[in-house]
Amino acid sequence: MAEQSSSSFEVDLGNLMAFNPHFQFSSPPSREELVRESIQQGTQLVQAIADSLFSLTSTEDRDGPIVKLPPPTTRLPREKPLPKPRPPTKWEEFAKKKGIKNYKKDKQVFDEQTGTWKRRYGYDRVNDDNDVPIIEAKMTDEPGQDPFAKRRSEKKQRVEKQEKNRLHNLKDAAKVGALPSHVQLAATALPITGSQAAPKKVSKDELGNVAGMAATATASGGKFDKKLPGEKPPKHDKKYRKFLPVVEGSGMGSLERQQTDKILNKLLSANSHNILDVGKAVNFYNVKKDKKRKSQGKDHGKTSSTSSKLNTKKSPYKKMAKKGGSSSKGKSK
Amino acid sequence: MLHIKTPKTGRARRELKKIAPKLVETGKKTLILHGTKTSNVINSVLTEIYHLKKDNAVKYTKRNDNIRPFESGGETSLEFYSLKTDCSLFVYGSHSKKRPDNLVIGRTYDHHIYDLVEVGVENFKSMQSFSYDKRFAPLIGSKPFFAFIGEGFENIEELKHIKEVLLDLFHGQAVTNLNLAGLDRVYVCTAVSSNKVFFTHCALRMKKSGTIVPRMELVEVGPSMDLVIRRHRLADESLRKQSMKTAPELKMRKEKNVSRDVIEGKIGKVYIPDQQVGSVPLPNKSKGLKRERREAKTKGEGKTHVDKKPKQQDS
Repeated sequence: MAEQSSSSFEVDLGNLMAFNPHFQFSSPPSREELVRESIQQGTQLVQAIADSLFSLTSTEDRDGPIVKLPPPTTRLPREKPLPKPRPPTKWEEFAKKKGIKNYKKDKQVFDEQTGTWKRRYGYDRVNDDNDVPIIEAKMTDEPGQDPFAKRRSEKKQRVEKQEKNRLHNLKDAAKVGALPSHVQLAATALPITGSQAAPKKVSKDELGNVAGMAATATASGGKFDKKLPGEKPPKHDKKYRKFLPVVEGSGMGSLERQQTDKILNKLLSANSHNILDVGKAVNFYNVKKDKKRKSQGKDHGKTSSTSSKLNTKKSPYKKMAKKGGSSSKGKSK
Repeated sequence: MLHIKTPKTGRARRELKKIAPKLVETGKKTLILHGTKTSNVINSVLTEIYHLKKDNAVKYTKRNDNIRPFESGGETSLEFYSLKTDCSLFVYGSHSKKRPDNLVIGRTYDHHIYDLVEVGVENFKSMQSFSYDKRFAPLIGSKPFFAFIGEGFENIEELKHIKEVLLDLFHGQAVTNLNLAGLDRVYVCTAVSSNKVFFTHCALRMKKSGTIVPRMELVEVGPSMDLVIRRHRLADESLRKQSMKTAPELKMRKEKNVSRDVIEGKIGKVYIPDQQVGSVPLPNKSKGLKRERREAKTKGEGKTHVDKKPKQQDS
């Protein structure tokens, strides 16, 4: 049978839990024995809990006696992190410094003008700014200024200032992580032109470019700067300067001449303001002339065509050296 | 540019407040879901657990193929569901050849996996198989008693862990005021061996006894099963410390310098530091009271008035 030593149970009253550490089965139990023993032991444990539970001071309620449970001894983990305390707002700090206390105000205030009780704020309120029919002119007022419009604009300014302060307070709270549960601070998707634009997300290539520019922006072009561990050597995208060999070997064309030609071409094309592509114009003219000749040849007869056939076929589209005359270096690309 | 987003309806505002972290926490919700393949046993286990916790449990009916709680990538879906349903406990049932009738009970902290325990269910007896007088059936949502039997719950790591997890799963809410008439259920767990726990749910009957304390009688009603512990993962140490923190405001402070006397009632002690009467400087020193001046006047009555040096006038 099962054995048990002293009935010292660990009772956690706050959780209504009891634990008997001394119970052991002397032999591996069969199913019914296991169930029976468990229920028996369970009964004893529950009785122990109930003993201490019913001895607590209880208040009578209509449903039954209500007891005040002590806090539980076994600590269970929370499900969410602790809420952080909110940092004081700008007004709260100011009020604390000045010693301003917040007094409870009545919802209804007696209005002297009408002699009735009116709301403090809301519809048909006491001392409504919009309701004054006459505003007396002061000595300091300029003529031509609308005092009603002025009041309205002042109110608008006050409201805007309050909104700005509220946003500032919420931002401060968000920095600590203590934003109130019903508020979310969101960045607007499209920034309005003229106002502060939302910070653009910088891509990897852009960062690389900027970093490269910064690295080479020293007097020695960034060659002798100390490099951080793991920093790669700077990329050099430009071509290095090419120097021609002093003595021209065989098999190479006139490199120097090519170089100078290239430079000349660039210079002349930059300075010639030709809208007209002379080469193209020449070709166009030649083609037209050939076509005309062909059509004339057809009209005249076969002889001219055969004779023309015997001639070498000169493609009118190929550039002819002397035809254009001026078409050589002045040609723009 | 930042702008403030607040909910427009009161209902949305209330829902957000419910989900927000609180200083003193109310009960945890449970998410019950299936894995890729489930057997009949596991299906009935999950439905019974759902019925036991009807108030604060959410049961998903579809299969979830991409959830593997013990693998590093397989818990993202679980965490997402936990976030959406605001559940910090979950029970995941599955069945495979390697792990038949598998049940994974887990907890989350801040909607990330906190700890897990995997058990196999054997010898399951459902609620319908027990016959008892229906008058004593426990009501939904009543606070249960817990009875843990066996030294294994103290010595063996896995059994300690499952004790904590079972307590967390079934204890409902931490209450201060309890109605004694409404206590009607007990969960009994017995450590059969080093990796096996016999778990059963009983209804409680309180019978008249001579004293104030009624005599307890247990009637087995609910599901009973053998839980064979297969795997378990304890919580990370730093995470555990963070989750066990209580707010400093809630810490009990001893009231100092106050004592109670039977005759006089409440007595308080006030400590006053020693007063240095001589060294305290007087606040308003009027010219005429200065002793030196007085003495000088009485002495110097005979003396002539000293000529003051005229001021040097710079030209």
